[in-house]
Amino acid sequence: MTTNVRSEPANGSDEQRVVITGMGVVAPNGHGLDEFEQALREGRSGIRFVEELKELKFGCQVGGVPQGIDEIKTEYLSPDVLMAMNSSMTYAAIAAIDCWRDAGLPEHPPEDGVVDWDTGAIVGTGVGGVDTLGDKVVPGVTAGRTKRLGSTMVEQTMSSAVSARIGGLLGLGNQVTTNSSACSTGTEALIMAAERIRAGRATRMLAGGAEGYSPYIWAGFDAMRVLSRAYNEEPERASRPMSASTGGFVPGSGAGVLMLESLESARERGAHIYAEVLGGAINSGGQRGTGSMTAPNPEGVRRCIRAALADAQIGSEEIEVVNGHLTGTMADPLEVENWRAALELTPETIPLLNGTKSLVGHALGAAGGIECVAALLQLDRGFIHGSVNCEDLHPDLEHFSSRIVRETRESSAKTLAKASFGFGDVNACVIFRTVDEQ
Amino acid sequence: MTRKEVFDEVLNIIGPFAVNKEALEGATEQTNILTDLKVNSARLVDIILDFEDKFEIEIDDDAADEIQTLGDAVDKILEIKG
Repeated sequence: MTTNVRSEPANGSDEQRVVITGMGVVAPNGHGLDEFEQALREGRSGIRFVEELKELKFGCQVGGVPQGIDEIKTEYLSPDVLMAMNSSMTYAAIAAIDCWRDAGLPEHPPEDGVVDWDTGAIVGTGVGGVDTLGDKVVPGVTAGRTKRLGSTMVEQTMSSAVSARIGGLLGLGNQVTTNSSACSTGTEALIMAAERIRAGRATRMLAGGAEGYSPYIWAGFDAMRVLSRAYNEEPERASRPMSASTGGFVPGSGAGVLMLESLESARERGAHIYAEVLGGAINSGGQRGTGSMTAPNPEGVRRCIRAALADAQIGSEEIEVVNGHLTGTMADPLEVENWRAALELTPETIPLLNGTKSLVGHALGAAGGIECVAALLQLDRGFIHGSVNCEDLHPDLEHFSSRIVRETRESSAKTLAKASFGFGDVNACVIFRTVDEQ
Repeated sequence: MTRKEVFDEVLNIIGPFAVNKEALEGATEQTNILTDLKVNSARLVDIILDFEDKFEIEIDDDAADEIQTLGDAVDKILEIKG
């Protein structure tokens, strides 16, 4: 049974409409909305050669790692807090604080004892604090030095580390939790947050995902041979969704956090609205048919897309842009065909399509968060960024060629579909539409 | 080491953990680590580890429990160091 954001069509019922009123992003090609927007517009890649991966003899020696974070983190976080934060928590915290400020919400220092009971957070991760485990806990315990580990290991390695850290920094008093659904985590978080607001259980929810940088996080993917290994000398060409010459995805890291809010609350306080969350759907393909732990069941994907449209109460012809999952593996052509089939359109008439992973890599648990930020920036600021590195389009995508955006263009599109498909054969699809009156 | 040297080093180590910076500025041997400096009690473990590293001593759990004020810390460190 597919989980819809609404279980029945809304007809002016007492369900809240949900909008996005703030965003924060820590991406491999930019920190902050303006820098990230510029990077997307200019096709600036965040993929770099990573020396450590070469030393460790990884097949893939390139990746997406946010730059300059060590230098700026002290502007956001005090020394005593930083002592207990690993990379995923740091990315998540910076993005969440940026998001809070972008939403124009008041900041109360902890000493004031103010709790915002109406705002919560669903910020997920795919792998979590594995850097802390690998760098500190495992060596310490193995050497019989558990006593010397210090007091901060638990809060960094518990799966909910990223959301718990955000909750404490911002004084959140509604549900604060970490979801985890592999590559669909960030998008799933957004839909779950919208559900909560729709049901009247929260006024605002931060939602998104974060993933840290650590060879321990990326090692498993390298071992599976699903990473891009032929472009170690040319990092910016390594992430090649939809191309004929792709050889796997490029791992990434960072965080994307969005502020979801009831339309009523947003209007009441005159908040800037990026777009409305018109609808969404989350499901799984059951790992049946051609689906498996690591490959999607096409029927599940198509059902998810259709369910999102149904929940949004729109027809497929109303979707103007699709920001795909599109990782740079051999699954890309299948994904595009799934979109076409789900929308019941022809290759020449599907919505314009792009893939943000071509510029930032696959940030795993953070991917949905970072890419939803990208999607909303494009809607709000009127452009569609070029999906780079697919000049040599995969032969199966030839007929779709005119719909795949390879050079950034201005756009007046109002309605965009964003989906993420994850290991575990899990799917999440959300529909955004700009709001005319603010 | 003199009492003053130990006190200064103790203050140095506890400093980053102290939430009440005002109390930190005017700290004396009577200053209580938890109630005056408002150090997060979960971090006492880390402070003890830092003492052990800095002064090259071992502080067992019972001894650690006896440390309430900055003066207690100085006493304990000098006592263990001998």
